[in-house]
Parts: sequence; C-alpha cells; structure tokens
Amino acid sequence: MRTRRAVILGLGGVAGALAFTLGLGAWRSRGTAPATDPRLPLPIAEMDFTLTDQCGATVRPSDWIGRPTMIFFGFTFCPDVCPTTLSDISGWLEDLGPEADRLNVTLISVDPERDTPAVLSDYLANFDPRITGLTGPLAEVERAAAGLRASFEKVPRDGDYTVNHTAGVFLFHPDGRFASIIDYHEDRRFAVPKIRRTLS
Amino acid sequence: MRTPILAALLSLVGLPAMACETFTIGNLMIEHAWSRATIGAERPGVLYVEITNTGSADDALVGIATPVAEMPMLHETVVTDGVASMPHAMSVPVPAGQTVALAPGGYHGMLMGLTTTLKEGEGFPVTLTFRDAGEVTVPVEVLSMQAEGPDCEHAGQ
Repeated sequence: MRTRRAVILGLGGVAGALAFTLGLGAWRSRGTAPATDPRLPLPIAEMDFTLTDQCGATVRPSDWIGRPTMIFFGFTFCPDVCPTTLSDISGWLEDLGPEADRLNVTLISVDPERDTPAVLSDYLANFDPRITGLTGPLAEVERAAAGLRASFEKVPRDGDYTVNHTAGVFLFHPDGRFASIIDYHEDRRFAVPKIRRTLS
Repeated sequence: MRTPILAALLSLVGLPAMACETFTIGNLMIEHAWSRATIGAERPGVLYVEITNTGSADDALVGIATPVAEMPMLHETVVTDGVASMPHAMSVPVPAGQTVALAPGGYHGMLMGLTTTLKEGEGFPVTLTFRDAGEVTVPVEVLSMQAEGPDCEHAGQ
C-alpha cells in the first residue's frame, strides 16, 4: 500500500517536474530568441575558437558546457594587472573551497607570441592549480575576444611591447549563458557571491 | 662580473620582513616596499611602496633606480571602459598630509630589463627620488607572485 502510494506520488512528481522543465524551456527560448545585447558576451554555445591549454591539449568553448565557466584575459609579461587578477581569483577559489572544483577557470593569453603553453605552465604554477591557461594562433585569440566582446591591443613600449586588454572576469552559467562580469580588482565580498550564483 | 656584486647587494638587504620597516627622508615616511617574484629575468618586475607626507608642503616621487633593473620606470594602471592600460607616469604626487600607495592596480614601479630573477624571500635596494625631499634608498622585499602585499601586523611590527 505504502509502496504504491509512493510510486504514484513519485510519478506525479516526475510528471510535474517534466512539465515545469518543458514550460521553463519554452519560456527561456522565447526570452532569448531576440538578438542579445551586442555589448554582452555571447553564450558559450555560440562562441567558436580553438586554443591550446598549458598542457598542450586542444580546447574549444563547447568543452565548457555543463559546468560554470570563468574567463579572463592576461599575459605573462604583465607585471601588475595580471598577477593581481590571478591572485584575486586564487583567493576567491580558496574562499569557495571544493565547491569551486566544478568551475572551468580559464586565462586566455593576449600575447600568444610570447606565451607558449610551456610559458603558461610555468607561470600558472604560481597560482591556484584549478586555473587553466590558453594560447594559440592570434586569429583564434581574436575570435575568443570577439565572442566575449573583449578587446586587446599590442602597444609598442620602449623598444618592446605591452598589451592593453579587457581586465574584467567573465562568468557563465553551466548551460553557457552569460552570467556577469567581475570588475578588475573587485572586492571579494562582491566577487565570491557572483561566482556562487553560477554554481547553484 | 656584475653578478657577484649584485649577489652581495641582495644578501645585504635580504633580511626577513624588511617591507615592514619604516624609512624617513625629510617629512616623508617610506613603508611597505615590496615586489613580486618573477619567472626568470626577461619579464618585467614590479615595485610597490607606500609614502606618507607628514609635512605641510606637497612633494612628488619623480624617479626610481635599482641595481636589479636597467630600465625602472613609474607606471600607472588605468582601466578605461574595462580595458587596462599602463601609461607612463612622469611623477607620482605625494600631497601634504597624505599617504600615497604604489599598490596593485594603480601606480607601480615597472622594473624593465631585470638583471636577475627576483626570488621570493630575497630583497633588493631601490632609490626613490623625490622632487623636494631628494633621494632615499630603501630595501624591497620580494614576496610570492601571488602576494597582495606584506603582512606586517602578523610580522609583529
């Protein structure tokens, strides 16, 4: 008796959840059907580029779907902004603890000329091991930046060069929808809850 | 030839928690001079320091020099429309009665042309030149690449 009632309740629950999911899906697809704001990053599913991580593995944005994703730009010759951002992110990941293991955390190099996978590997060894670094042909980095509505520019400097680049950290939900941006050097009291919202 | 001299210089100032010492020149108090470890010597290093002007006249930091870098210069990180750039700063104002920090994300010394790898736990001297107060040489503590500043309270200073 009790078993049958549990089965009926269970089935009812499943049917209800299914109806809710379908309804939500319909509502969502209607909501996102119009062109998204051109100033906002594309959903990850609509991004298209191929880069290489610090271990030499090929990475495409479609690999990120299913987990929340954090993306930011930088380069290893950058003395101030990039170590600060990496240090901030390492601190946020530490605050989040094992919960943050589910995140894709990705640095995309805006200086692929100097940042080979081996260089990125050396550099990232100084920060939280959950941070991945990507590099590759300039054209692919440009495609990545275009998808994120980010920009970078090589600037000659004293016989050398530096790279100006978008300094914020982009957050995406597990299904690839854009969630929010953490501004450069934003206080962790604001940054950590933003990340947590993509984890729930 | 240069390396032994440099090593001697580094060891001279290689005392722990030196970033927590205070140095004065005229009405200026210099504290928390630190840098981040570098990978090799080909990437630029960074210099951060705090300057408090206890006097009644404005001054300005107009230059930095150090044996560990051939081309040290003052920069400021500026984020405009979300894009970070690093223009040269001709000088860093040190107004009367105020503390100015060369700190992550703002003004910083950019140490280009490093003559040595900056290693965590080591130190190097830097000479700060002020428009009015003149020159002062202070030790800089090299912290980890992940550091956000020296932890002076816990160092018991």
